[in-house]
Amino acid sequence: MESSSAKLKVLVFSTDKISDPAIDLAGLLKKHYPAGVYTISVPCSSAIKPRWIIHALQRGFDGVFIAADGTDCPYGELCVPNTANLVAATQIKMEKLGIAPQRLKMAAICSICAEPFVRYMNSFLHDLDTI
Amino acid sequence: MKKRIGVYVCHCGGNISDVVNVSEVVTAVKDMEGVAIAKNTLFACSDAAQNEIVNDITSLHLDALVIASCSPKLHLHTFRAVAERAGLNSYNYVQVNIREQCSWAHSYEKVSATGKAIQLVKSGIERVIFSRAMEPFSIPAEQSVMVLGAGIGGMRSAISLANVGLQVYLLEREFFIGGRTAQWGDLSAAYENGPEVVSRLFKQIREHANIHLFIGAELISQSGNIGSFEVKVKIKPRRISGDCDESGFNQAISICPVEVPDDFNFGLTSRKAIYQHYPSEYPAIPAIDDANCNFCGACESLCKSIDLNQKEEILNLKVGNIIVNTGFDPYEPTRGEFGYNEIERVLTLPQFKRLVDISGAGKLNFKGKQIHTITYIFCVGSRQGEEGENQYCSRYCCTTALNTAIIVKRKFADITNIHCTRGIRTYGKQELIYEESSRQGDIFLEFSFENMPVVEERNGKVFVRIKDILTANREMEAETDLVVLITGMVPRRNNNIAQMLKIPTGRDHFFNEIHAKLRPVETVIDGVLIAGTCQGPKNIMETLNSSMAAAAKSAASLSSGTIHLEPIVADVNTDQCTGCGICLTVCPFDAIVTAGPEDKPAVSIVISRCKGCGMCLPVCPEDAIELYGFTNEEMEGMIDGLTSY
Ligand SMILES: Cc1cc2nc3c(=O)[nH]c(=O)nc-3n(C[C@H](O)[C@H](O)[C@H](O)COP(=O)(O)OP(=O)(O)OC[C@H]3O[C@@H](n4cnc5c(N)ncnc54)[C@H](O)[C@@H]3O)c2cc1C
Repeated sequence: MESSSAKLKVLVFSTDKISDPAIDLAGLLKKHYPAGVYTISVPCSSAIKPRWIIHALQRGFDGVFIAADGTDCPYGELCVPNTANLVAATQIKMEKLGIAPQRLKMAAICSICAEPFVRYMNSFLHDLDTI
Repeated sequence: MKKRIGVYVCHCGGNISDVVNVSEVVTAVKDMEGVAIAKNTLFACSDAAQNEIVNDITSLHLDALVIASCSPKLHLHTFRAVAERAGLNSYNYVQVNIREQCSWAHSYEKVSATGKAIQLVKSGIERVIFSRAMEPFSIPAEQSVMVLGAGIGGMRSAISLANVGLQVYLLEREFFIGGRTAQWGDLSAAYENGPEVVSRLFKQIREHANIHLFIGAELISQSGNIGSFEVKVKIKPRRISGDCDESGFNQAISICPVEVPDDFNFGLTSRKAIYQHYPSEYPAIPAIDDANCNFCGACESLCKSIDLNQKEEILNLKVGNIIVNTGFDPYEPTRGEFGYNEIERVLTLPQFKRLVDISGAGKLNFKGKQIHTITYIFCVGSRQGEEGENQYCSRYCCTTALNTAIIVKRKFADITNIHCTRGIRTYGKQELIYEESSRQGDIFLEFSFENMPVVEERNGKVFVRIKDILTANREMEAETDLVVLITGMVPRRNNNIAQMLKIPTGRDHFFNEIHAKLRPVETVIDGVLIAGTCQGPKNIMETLNSSMAAAAKSAASLSSGTIHLEPIVADVNTDQCTGCGICLTVCPFDAIVTAGPEDKPAVSIVISRCKGCGMCLPVCPEDAIELYGFTNEEMEGMIDGLTSY
């Protein structure tokens, strides 16, 4: 029987130079993750607007995952605090709108982190299933 | 808004269509608003398909294009060029990845993968509807390249680049150049000798005004982008700066009290802490190995060029591209694997090559015994069976093993060679070496993966037992004087280059190119190229082919003096902007400045400084900043496409 988490939909914001290559690599290495995971790539994880995240959650995504550049960001070290700030600001907005803040998660995914990406997806979907 | 969109869904042979029902995807999107034509295609990247798309764009007056195929990392530029050939602005094209991020990632879930592909294509259509025509920006390209590794591949890359007029910074981590090739003596597939080939290339490097060679040098940090990387290089102190009086170096070496196993000879011999591997080695002066030197000063008193207080140096350089030529390591068998490190007459091929090279002609002796029978066990550390092991073929080894067997028989008296193989792979012209080894009377036995040979020592004698496929699985045992394990190639250990340059590695842990056939020396990091054995096992010819390919690719990208960058920059809606200035505090490139009249303050973007990172977008309280290609309309359109039914 299909688990209920298999039906969940997650939007991943990946980054063109760092985490998107890792997600491609997961496919290349045939490391499977649930098909409910969709990706939109942006230049840098600190460029994601809270309104896009909220739009995704309001349009039917069960969760949003930011596959952040972390310290690997080609645009420099400001990426880490800026991404953390936008996540915190979005979670406040989510709470006000009655959306559980746990539906937004962030983790740094390096350009070769195919396996950690798959692990994060499985555990995030599992967590979403329990909200 | 685009109203005449062409949508093409690629089968990629069966890479996509074995999992995703491509016709179902086409049917699901063909009636969407704005879609003028939707088709499937066997290989969207083929010439025929590209021509068909060009014809459709012109004959049907398409104003935007969506191609659902592989990762944009592979073919974004191919399909942008298709759009341009048909007179369509290349930024009115959107590529949807339904291979790496769909069919390959969900190959066991055909129905779900098809559903996902439909949503992804819808999302691409929603995005392209709002796309705007743009032109790329041009930035000046540094006319210089950094080549990492002065093995045979790196030296060849450097010479090719220098010949087309680029400045080359060639970095070698060790104190001597030539990489592994300098270790091999007589080479296969050429009547040449490793150190001689290295010397020939070194002569060209030394005479070339465009090549700046740094030895004992390592990259320690890098930042920037294609066209303008800023790199920091650490140069270890060699502790010897020039020449000594005649024989001064020899005296300095002999007085050194420290003796360590010589890694150049894979531990067969020892060397001093002040050392040189062979007399003609480049550079032709010894080096002091800090890891083993006890700084007693004995050598310093014999030679004025020795300076134990020499300090490391740091260099800051600017380069347009980086070529990684950092090579491989030989596979090191585990203790006890075919008797390795337990039976002293079991050697690896690299050790045996060194033994043959340093032994004088006549008799071959090892550990005080003359060697007559040599048994070679092939595919050690290659073609292993389990996931996570080295499942690949190391390519160089069948040829080199047979070539070495030929050399051994020519150089030394009374030699019998017994080859225990898993099927010989002397591909191409190298087949002649197989023929020669067979003609000289070498014995060939073959074992299967399920029945590996067993090496045993009994009463001071070494035996190899094998179930030979060629004689209907007969079990045979040979007494042998030496066992040579034909070891494969593995990625270099102790190398942080992949992390520093963000180069992805593959399942085999070697560096990964974008596409083995179509973009074989490029990585996903623009301006960082890979060549030689750091990307997988290769012989010297293959190493040189890829090194010259990387040099050509690099030269082509820099030679016009200009690099074209994506016109993805921020844009401020001055009507909405209140001039609060929060965005100024997060921009890492000082690309935002205050502007506007006093009564209506606002900010504006300095286009030449903006790198398109988008850090300013989420902090604006008025949502007054957009990034071209990632506008609210485009992003929310994509999300709508992913959630529409
Ligand atoms: C036992 C044996 C015998 C062989 N015999 C033959 C033969 O007869 N014919 C043939 O065609 N091929 C042969 N080969 C294969 C041949 O050795 C390789 O094809 C060739 O050495 C590959 O060259 P390369 O430049 O890619 O790597 P390497 O030779 O490994 O050189 C890489 C260089 O990069 C340097 N480096 C590493 N990391 C860094 C860093 N971070 N910064 C700066 N420098 C760095 C290393 O010190 C080294 O000098 C043999 C291989 C083996 C194992």
